[in-house]
Amino acid sequence: MKLAYWMYAGPAHIGTLRVASSFKNVYAIMHAPLGDDYFNVMKSMLERERDFTPVTASVVDRHVLARGSQEKVVSNITRKDHEEQPDLIVLTPTCTSSILQEDLQNFVNRAALESKADVILADVNHYRVNELQAADKTLEQIVDFYLAKARKYKTIDTTKTIRPSVNIIGSFCLGFHNQHDISELKKIFRDLNIDVNLVIPGGASVNELKELPKAWFNIVPYRETGLMAAEYLKKEFSMPYISTSPIGIIETASFIREIQAILISQGYTVSFEDYIHQQTKFISQSAWFSRSIDCQNLTGKRAVVFGDSTHAAAITKVLCREMGIHVSWAGTYCKNDEQWFRSQVEGLCDNVVITEDHCLIADLIAKTEPSAIFGTQMERHIGKRLNIPCGVISSPVHIQNFPLSYKPFMGYEGTNQIADLVYNSFTLGMEDHLLELFGGHDTTDALTGTLSVENQLRWSNEALQELGKIPGFVRGKIKRNTEKFAREKNLLEIKLETMYEAKETVGA
Amino acid sequence: MNSQVVTESKDSLLNFECETGNYHTFCPISCVAWLYQKIEDSFFLVIGTKTCGYFLQNAMGVMIFSEPRYAMAELEEGDISAKLSDYEELKRLCLQIKKDRHPSVIFWIGTCTTEIIKMDLEGIAPKLENEIGIPIVVARANGLDYAFTQGEDTVLAAMAQKCPESHVKQDMTTKNEAPYYDHPPLILFGSVPDSVANQLALELKNQGIKVSGWLPSKRYTELPIINEGYYVCGVNPYLSRTATTLMRRRRTKLIGAPFPIGPDGTRAWIEKICSVFGIKSSGLEEREKKVWNSLEEYLELIVNKSVFFMGDNLLEISLARFLIRCGMIVCEIGIPYMDKRYQASELLLLEKTCLEMGVKVPSIVEKPDNYKQLERIRILKPDLVITGMAHANPLEARGINTKWSVEFTFAQIHGFTNSRDVLELVTRPLRRNASLQQLAWNSYTLEK
Repeated sequence: MKLAYWMYAGPAHIGTLRVASSFKNVYAIMHAPLGDDYFNVMKSMLERERDFTPVTASVVDRHVLARGSQEKVVSNITRKDHEEQPDLIVLTPTCTSSILQEDLQNFVNRAALESKADVILADVNHYRVNELQAADKTLEQIVDFYLAKARKYKTIDTTKTIRPSVNIIGSFCLGFHNQHDISELKKIFRDLNIDVNLVIPGGASVNELKELPKAWFNIVPYRETGLMAAEYLKKEFSMPYISTSPIGIIETASFIREIQAILISQGYTVSFEDYIHQQTKFISQSAWFSRSIDCQNLTGKRAVVFGDSTHAAAITKVLCREMGIHVSWAGTYCKNDEQWFRSQVEGLCDNVVITEDHCLIADLIAKTEPSAIFGTQMERHIGKRLNIPCGVISSPVHIQNFPLSYKPFMGYEGTNQIADLVYNSFTLGMEDHLLELFGGHDTTDALTGTLSVENQLRWSNEALQELGKIPGFVRGKIKRNTEKFAREKNLLEIKLETMYEAKETVGA
Repeated sequence: MNSQVVTESKDSLLNFECETGNYHTFCPISCVAWLYQKIEDSFFLVIGTKTCGYFLQNAMGVMIFSEPRYAMAELEEGDISAKLSDYEELKRLCLQIKKDRHPSVIFWIGTCTTEIIKMDLEGIAPKLENEIGIPIVVARANGLDYAFTQGEDTVLAAMAQKCPESHVKQDMTTKNEAPYYDHPPLILFGSVPDSVANQLALELKNQGIKVSGWLPSKRYTELPIINEGYYVCGVNPYLSRTATTLMRRRRTKLIGAPFPIGPDGTRAWIEKICSVFGIKSSGLEEREKKVWNSLEEYLELIVNKSVFFMGDNLLEISLARFLIRCGMIVCEIGIPYMDKRYQASELLLLEKTCLEMGVKVPSIVEKPDNYKQLERIRILKPDLVITGMAHANPLEARGINTKWSVEFTFAQIHGFTNSRDVLELVTRPLRRNASLQQLAWNSYTLEK
């Protein structure tokens, strides 16, 4: 047993449902007790979805416990088949069905005989994989199912398109800024004169999957979900794939160069260097922004990064290589991808943190006292309590991270968004400077609450006044450092002199 | 409507149906959200899986970040296959909770998983209680057996057994304590915010009735004394197990009354309590009338409008009864579970209200089927659908006004004072959408 009240990645079935309900006309039926259809609420609320979420439950209740599901699952599948006429029904096991160990595959086989729709059982184990891994697996499973089917009926089309073309594997519901990213990717391919063959799973019909092999190559913008399907296509159809996420100027350039290399290797001579050059200099403002004097003030400021592996690695690279910000540590909750993550951020940050424990992250942030945090909604709240600004860069997220306006993280427009996000997270540079110079406009007595230090020392009035003059965002840090200094000196009261002394000695 | 069931008795106009139980509702473990806030010295430990944790995390939104006094004991593969000892694992976690939070009580919330693997929580609790020195209350609030608010019912039923008994026998009546009448002790049950509890107690005080205690109280250490022969009365319609436990295990007498929701319900609730104690109630008619008068502006908005309850929190009967009195036409009352005995007075009042208002008595659909309900909604085109969040946006996109049902469980809806709040909720979509009328279109989907 594990004591927890917050988790970064959801349970396995959420991943399966995200993939299934991203496809067009695919229905998912959960084998689950009443109340487990919470996914519908998330989709309807977070994504402000206008359509009914194509997910229902075959309810596991007391009777099912006693007698088994018997006809229930089969009749629920055939009923849905009749009502909604989907192309595919995905029976989705949950933690409950994991332990009931009913022969769900048998139900699927029986239901498939009676249904017009294809029926499959999602091959995920609640206790072995999390949401992201399950999504990865389910996507591969569906791709495999339809390509095998196409092979069997000889409807598969492996002739490559005449013009260069690509499949985008990684368009999901409830993904972080996913819709915007996919639009941005499509824009890049349009610019590069490459056709988009298929985008899966978001918006695709399962009947189109047999067209996948026609593309020249695949891209997997988010490595958490899509790698397995890409690997499968590589193995079965020798399709090369790119798993570099085009986030930030440097990575976007390598992403495009990888495409160039693939096209050349397939006998299509092309050079994208001019495009990269143009976009970097003029479409993206971020390269210029890093050069502008404003960004000088960010030099050496300390930040910490935490999120899924794709975003945490990418943002670490952007902060370090493109903005000159010092990343104290970078971390991810994608434990299964630890090796890759380490290989990406090694050398770019002082430490690498791999954990699913938000308490550990909270303590680390309190200890590090960075000028800004880049993390998930959890880190944003930790930041709030510590009075440290936070830019949200990864799931899990709230409804405000499903913005209506165009906010991609990928591609050249993405670099602009990220630059804004980073810049706005740090206190504005010049303002910072002026505040320090003139003692700040925030003179409230409220001293920063902290997670790490309890307050027993007495502050003299003068010292408190002086502390009040220090700009809000560094005040907590100075207060803590001064107190630390005072404790070391065994002082009971902090006077004005103590503050200055502390400043001289420890740079508080 | 298929699956029609024969009505109860020949005199009753009520029509009960039962469908497939394919409906959306919250998992009953959500009760920790309001109970941990109500019982200030408690800690709720939900013993379940990532699925439960994910639900709580998402359902409770911002609350999760404010150091809540609840946590998951997340079961891992070793727990399921019994490689690990439940006792040792729970002991380890509870000791940690004791060290970090110093609660006066730890609630163990059993889930579907503990049910299926037959974890003997009730057996382990007393042993562990002795060992760590903190009371442990076990409630099985799982989705196999219960829906949403019934979670509170399982917790209160477990707490009812923990209420102390007094060995002093003479406290069977309040001893001429001004301004109260002489009547046997009355305990109210149902979790409501403190201010609402005070309001309801004050209403009874105005009638000379003393509330001797609440289940739950503000702190676990202040649980009321419950002796044999005490009177108990519920304030929420979903507390049938608690009522049963109080009657059978604690030998109390249940006052079966309509619930104090809406001015009509509140008055009926008070009158019933008065009548049981043989007290002549006073001033209630005027009090009710005054409240109705103050609601005039809301009533104008909803009179003759139709409303459809999809059913997910068991407040439906009381709310429907109140809205019919407001002049609304109720198409259907969906409800997860219908205890006809515990809700008998409420059902009677519903029937009476329909007769007096001259409207058809709506069907009560137990264990509804959301798919079929959506078809009925398509045909009936009600002015308002009260439903869960899974259906709200899709219905709005199709031009149907909706109100999330969950808000009724979190808002203050009891007593005379809060009648306005109920109507504030009910009319909000109507008011909002009226102000959007100038956009001149209603449907936001492509389908016909």
